[in-house]
Parts: sequence; C-alpha cells; structure tokens
Amino acid sequence: MLKNKLLLHISDLSFAYEKEPVLSDINLDVYEKDFLVFIGPNGGGKSTLVKLILGLLSAQSGSIEIFDASKNIHSKYIGYVPQNTNINLNFPIKAIDVVMMGAKEDKATALDVLKQVGMENAANTKIGLLSGGQRQRIMIARALYIKPKILLLDEPTSSIDADGQKQIYELLKKLNAEITIIVVSHDLSVIMQYATKVAHINKKLTFHTLQSFKQKFPKGEHVCEVELLEMLGRVK
Amino acid sequence: MIEALSYEFMQNALIAGVLVSFIAGIMGSLIVVNRMVFLAGGIAHAAYGGIGIALFTGIPIFLGTSLFAVIAALFMAVVTLKQKENIDIFVGLIWAVGMAIGIIFVDLTPGYNVDLMSYLFGSILAVSKDDLLFMGALFCVILLVLSLWYRQLLAVSYDSEYAALSGINIKFFYTLILVLSALSVVIAIKVVGLILVIALLTIPIYMGQNLSSSLLSMMFISGFIASVFTLVGLWFSYTFDLTSGACIILVAASSLILFIFIKGIK
Repeated sequence: MLKNKLLLHISDLSFAYEKEPVLSDINLDVYEKDFLVFIGPNGGGKSTLVKLILGLLSAQSGSIEIFDASKNIHSKYIGYVPQNTNINLNFPIKAIDVVMMGAKEDKATALDVLKQVGMENAANTKIGLLSGGQRQRIMIARALYIKPKILLLDEPTSSIDADGQKQIYELLKKLNAEITIIVVSHDLSVIMQYATKVAHINKKLTFHTLQSFKQKFPKGEHVCEVELLEMLGRVK
Repeated sequence: MIEALSYEFMQNALIAGVLVSFIAGIMGSLIVVNRMVFLAGGIAHAAYGGIGIALFTGIPIFLGTSLFAVIAALFMAVVTLKQKENIDIFVGLIWAVGMAIGIIFVDLTPGYNVDLMSYLFGSILAVSKDDLLFMGALFCVILLVLSLWYRQLLAVSYDSEYAALSGINIKFFYTLILVLSALSVVIAIKVVGLILVIALLTIPIYMGQNLSSSLLSMMFISGFIASVFTLVGLWFSYTFDLTSGACIILVAASSLILFIFIKGIK
C-alpha cells in the first residue's frame, strides 16, 4: 500500500508552564487522511499540544514541522475548531459572517462550506438562535473556509447533546475523505467508530493504530471502557 | 419648541446630542460586545484627574482630560493583556485614584471651584462651536477606523483567539478600542456629563443588540435610538425647565422598560 503524504512532523517536543513540565519528548507524525484522536486525562497536556500545533504557544525544545509551500502556516494550513461554542450568544452576527471571520470576504466559498456541513439554510440566521450542535457545524465551516490541509478540533462535542455529537462525528467522517482530522476527545466510542489512529497524551505521548485495538477487540464485541483505558493509558 | 430652534445654543445642543448619540452608539456597541462597560466607566471617572490637572496648570480642559484618559486607557490595555484575572481591581484603582487626583488639583487651584454636578450631568445647553468641532472630528476618526478595520474589529470582538490565529494583531485592536472609548467618553463628559455617557453606552446598546443581526447595524441602530432619547429628553427639559441629562436618562430608561415588556410578551 502506498503510504500517504506526511503533513505534520513533531519531534522531541517539550513544553513547560513556568517550571512545571506539561509535555515532554513528544514525537508524532500526521499523514494525509489520518483521523487521529488525542485522548488522555484532564491536565495531561492535550490542549497544550493543540495550542503548540496552532502556534499559540511556543515550545522550549523540539520542533513542529509543517509540510507546505505556503509560509503562513498556522492560519492556512490548519483549520481550528475551538472547544466552547457557547460564548457571546448575544453577539449580533449571522452564521455566514462567523464563517468568513478574520479572512477575506468570499460569499460563494462561505456558502459552499456551509453546504458541506449541512447548514446552508442557516447562512443568514443569527448565531445565538442556533442550537449547540448547529453552532459547532458553523465553527467547522469557519475552519474549512480557509481551505486547510488539517482540521484540528478541541473536544468539539463537549457542550452538545448525544444526538448532536453523533451527527458531528458522522460529518467529520464524511469530511475525512478529503481532509486530515485531528480531534481531542474523551469519548471512547468515537475512537472505536471513527479514528484511524489514537495518541494517548499524559505528559508523554503513546501512539496506537486502530488495528491493534481491533485485533484485541473483534468487531461487535462489547468493549470494556476500563480495559480500553488501561490499554491506552498504561501501556508504555 | 419651534421658536427655541432659532436660538444658537439650542441648535448646538441638538447637533451635539445627535453626534454624541452616534459616537456612543458605535463605541458603546464595541464596549458592550467586548464586555468593557465597567472598564469604560473606570476610564470616565479617571478622566476627572485630567480635568483637575488641566485647571491647575491652565492647559485647555479638552486637551488635559483627553491626555489623562488616554493614559488611563493605555494603562488598562496593558493590565488587560497581562493580568486579565485582576482587571476588576485595576478598574477600581484608576476609578478612585483618577477622581482623587482631580479633587486634589481642584483644591490646589486658587480661586476656582469646578462644579462637580456639571461634570456628572454636563451642560448640553452650553455647548460651544469649538466643542462641536472636537466632537465632529472624533466622529470622523471613528468612521475612518470603522471603514478601514471593521472586519478586524468584528473578529477581535467575537472571538479573539480565532482572530489571533488569523493573523490579526489583537493587542493593537484591543488598545485601539480602549483609546477611542476614552476619547469618546471625554468629549461626551463636558457636553452631556459622565452619568449620561454611561447611560448612553448601555441602554440604547441593549436595545440595538436585540434588534440587529450584525455588529455594524447594532452600532447605527443604537446610535439612532440614542439620538431619539436625546432629542425627546431635550424637549422635556426645555418644556418643563428640568435638568437635560436627567431627562434624557429617564426617557431612555422608560423606553427600555417598555421595550423589555413588549419583547417579553412576544
């Protein structure tokens, strides 16, 4: 099988707030069309790694390489979907203007990405009138608007109901046909159903491919979450 | 009322009222969506320090107050960017210290006692041509900033983290919003008074926010609503010989109650 193109290469990355080490010796390769899930305990460094990849924080040592010709790496290469979409609900802004935020105005592209996330009918709706799940789709559309190579989502379903969560992941699966996805999640069923690779982050990063899971847990069999967590977390 | 319009002081008052209303509508929208009402209040009070220093040193009041308020705004911009969790404490600090400095300098100024009431409620009927020029100039500057950077201001106000990722200099725009707010407040203080500024920065904005689906329309709808309040308040003030600032605020407040009532029933 032909190997997919390498998009993101992280080597020996370490980061500390003040003196407290948060991440140490992180190594990670992300390839085209990966569906990579970051999992790990709260405070384990998942969000810090996301911020490092986005360039919002700089690491003390190690490097993050992004393989792209364009220089403006952090804004064009990675589309970011933040965790909390329930901010500023009273803000008078239409969905389409959220999508085009911070970038050049291009209504045709904006409507196109809204269509991709199934929200083209809400283009002119005030953002505060949408449900949590719909608002998350708008945020995904905003990330897609800049035509990124990688879509990076930080716990995209933490503030929406179970039905909405499933729909979001179905959408991500659909998008994954064209785009690489990195998602931070606590949800184990997500990993089983959608991920192709899993990185467990707790100061260090432990990498798994989904094959290793699926061998251990044949299809259809109920997966004990404790067992799974153990496998993800404690394996050195 | 019609014959009143032939007096120059009344014409000036009406022009000043509408100008301040639109300045308050635009800047108030930015202040409210950025959750900076308390901060703007702090800068407005701190500006009193500038009034005291200007009286004492004999420099023009507008100049002294503007400089002082802009320094307070820059100080608050630094605090907000470096110590966001302590912002309330520093707002309280500039609020109290600014006023204390103002009072001490007024005490030290021989033979002149500024009336605190005129600072609180202003005197819209005593607006001069010079005042109008200053207000017009600031209004033009604000419109220029909007036409150059509306999209950036929108992005910073709605989601500053995402704005930063898009390569927008959020520190610059945050500071710009604060400095323009400070100048707006200063210009309005002498004309309509501090209390009315705070009222104009909140009541019409709340209604404008409810009626708008974009930040830009919120700015101008709020400005229009504020103008109506100001003009109706002035009419009450003239007809019944009452303090203008207080009339405007009560017109605004009763309209707000009516507005909430109607919205609630719907």
